[in-house]
Amino acid sequence: MSILVIADHHNSDLIPVTANVVAAAKAIGGDIHLLVAGADCQAAAEAGAKLDGVSKVLVADNAAYANQLAENTAALVATLGKNYTHILTGATGNGKNFMPRIAALLDVEQISEIISVESADTFKRPIYAGNAIATVQSEDAIKVITVRGTSFDAVADTGSASVEAISEVTDAGLSSFVGEELAASDRPELTAAKVVVSGGRGVGSADKFDIIYKLADKLGGAVGATRAAVDAGYVANDLQVGQTGKIVAPQLYIAAGISGAIQHLAGMKDSKVIVAINKDEEAPIFQVADYGLVADLFDAVPELEGKL
Amino acid sequence: MKVLVAVKRVVDYNVKVRVKADQSDVDLTNVKMSMNPFCEIAVEEAVRLKEKGIATEVIAVSIGPKNAQEQLRTAMALGADRGILVETDEQLGSLAVAKILAKIAEEEQPQVILMGKQSIDTDNNQTTQMLAALAGFSQGAFAAELTVEDGKATVAREIDGGMQTIQINLPAVISADLRLNEPRYAKLPDIMKAKKKPMDTKTPADYGVETASKVKTLKVEPPAERSAGIKVGSVDELVDKLKNEAKVV
Ligand SMILES: Cc1cc2nc3c(=O)[nH]c(=O)nc-3n(C[C@H](O)[C@H](O)[C@H](O)COP(=O)(O)OP(=O)(O)OC[C@H]3O[C@@H](n4cnc5c(N)ncnc54)[C@H](O)[C@@H]3O)c2cc1C
Repeated sequence: MSILVIADHHNSDLIPVTANVVAAAKAIGGDIHLLVAGADCQAAAEAGAKLDGVSKVLVADNAAYANQLAENTAALVATLGKNYTHILTGATGNGKNFMPRIAALLDVEQISEIISVESADTFKRPIYAGNAIATVQSEDAIKVITVRGTSFDAVADTGSASVEAISEVTDAGLSSFVGEELAASDRPELTAAKVVVSGGRGVGSADKFDIIYKLADKLGGAVGATRAAVDAGYVANDLQVGQTGKIVAPQLYIAAGISGAIQHLAGMKDSKVIVAINKDEEAPIFQVADYGLVADLFDAVPELEGKL
Repeated sequence: MKVLVAVKRVVDYNVKVRVKADQSDVDLTNVKMSMNPFCEIAVEEAVRLKEKGIATEVIAVSIGPKNAQEQLRTAMALGADRGILVETDEQLGSLAVAKILAKIAEEEQPQVILMGKQSIDTDNNQTTQMLAALAGFSQGAFAAELTVEDGKATVAREIDGGMQTIQINLPAVISADLRLNEPRYAKLPDIMKAKKKPMDTKTPADYGVETASKVKTLKVEPPAERSAGIKVGSVDELVDKLKNEAKVV
């Protein structure tokens, strides 16, 4: 078996989820190649070469891949991918964008967001907002798979793979990059953080979200939010945790002013320890919380910050 | 220009589904079914394109059981002009759905195809991108803002770190994210009018699409349940538990 892992990266660095995807590739077993498609992406390629289990890094370094436009990345991988039995990438914003396009070009299904590898052709994946887990088996010649990073422990960076440039360039000419607005933050990345402090509609405003940030900073954690909090403009969209936002599984998840809708639980219920702070003792979030505190969050959150 | 919008009949988002005892699937008997919430957002965007004078006709299509007519009628009550139901009792894989939609796109020649980014039953998030690939169109996945002018679409997309704006050629397939718009509610007179709008019924065979999927579901299980924890009486008790019991701080 031969597996192509498509790296998630920002050209200048590798996004940590790539190490989790390589772990899923190792669970499948076989020769593992890592593709870094970007522009001026040597640094990401070098980081990729260190991932344990990767035997070769393929680098497609060209302006056409600078912003990982789906049309261009998919065209590249649809050619390159024919040499492999499995193509994997993270179920991240990038992966979800280009991977199904690759699958369709190869005339195969995509198996989305696997949480376990049962064998080389059988995988588990959550459906219905995580209220059911399906075991699926694929007879496709090439298995195109996105991987939920939080379900696989990252491989170490003790490897030393060879690095090979790919000269082939495809610019489909269908799309172009205009710009991007990235939220700048010194906090750890949400999906990789050991602690996540999330606020919901109960926090009440963007200004009042300050107490959530303070608690997160005290714990060295990331900040998350519910859809309701994002829709209301308290925080940016990239902080949404849930079925259609980010999936997190930190050591500690603190939910303040969050009711616990199934769509939110889908994104955080694999956290090791869950703390819920809500003034409504009937709130469904308490059904998944290890420690529930029925309290006004405006009292409890600052007090907690002070006492930790 | 024509706008095609695809809608899926799925379990209502308020329902917490349960797995069948024989682990063959989830149990959907007597469960409320609705239009997939992301598809509602797609329909709303299509109708807005018509209201802005950009779209001349909005065609809603659904692939699913006979009852998916209800979701097509809802789409027409919201403003779609006509419907196409591709009827099948099989649960099609995304690839087959994308192939059927590609054939419909070939027949109808829309400039914009709008879809929801993900259906809340299978949670795949892939049909839009597959359709774009098969049709050879550009894609604007996870759209939070859409402008269509001069033969191009500008799409602001939700990405992991924030927002990205791209410009894509038409025809294009665009998938709606949560914040693209806030769908309207259908008014009673519009619901009545929708009953008279034309609806074609087809089958996957009419489009020559092989529906068998190479991916089989072997079993469906409930997730590992979290055991309910405890309520703490004070912040002090919480701090003590986190430090000495859970040892996470
Ligand atoms: C298609 C679809 C996809 C969705 N995807 C997501 C998703 O990915 N992520 C997500 O989070 N949601 C998602 N949702 C939305 C979800 O259904 C809920 O509406 C949302 O999670 C609710 O957010 P909330 O808990 O902040 O707000 P609410 O449900 O309004 O809860 C607010 C809570 O705050 C408590 N509260 C208020 N004031 C205080 C106070 N002073 N102190 C303590 N507690 C207080 C209240 O008791 C209440 O429990 C989705 C919905 C749909 C339809």
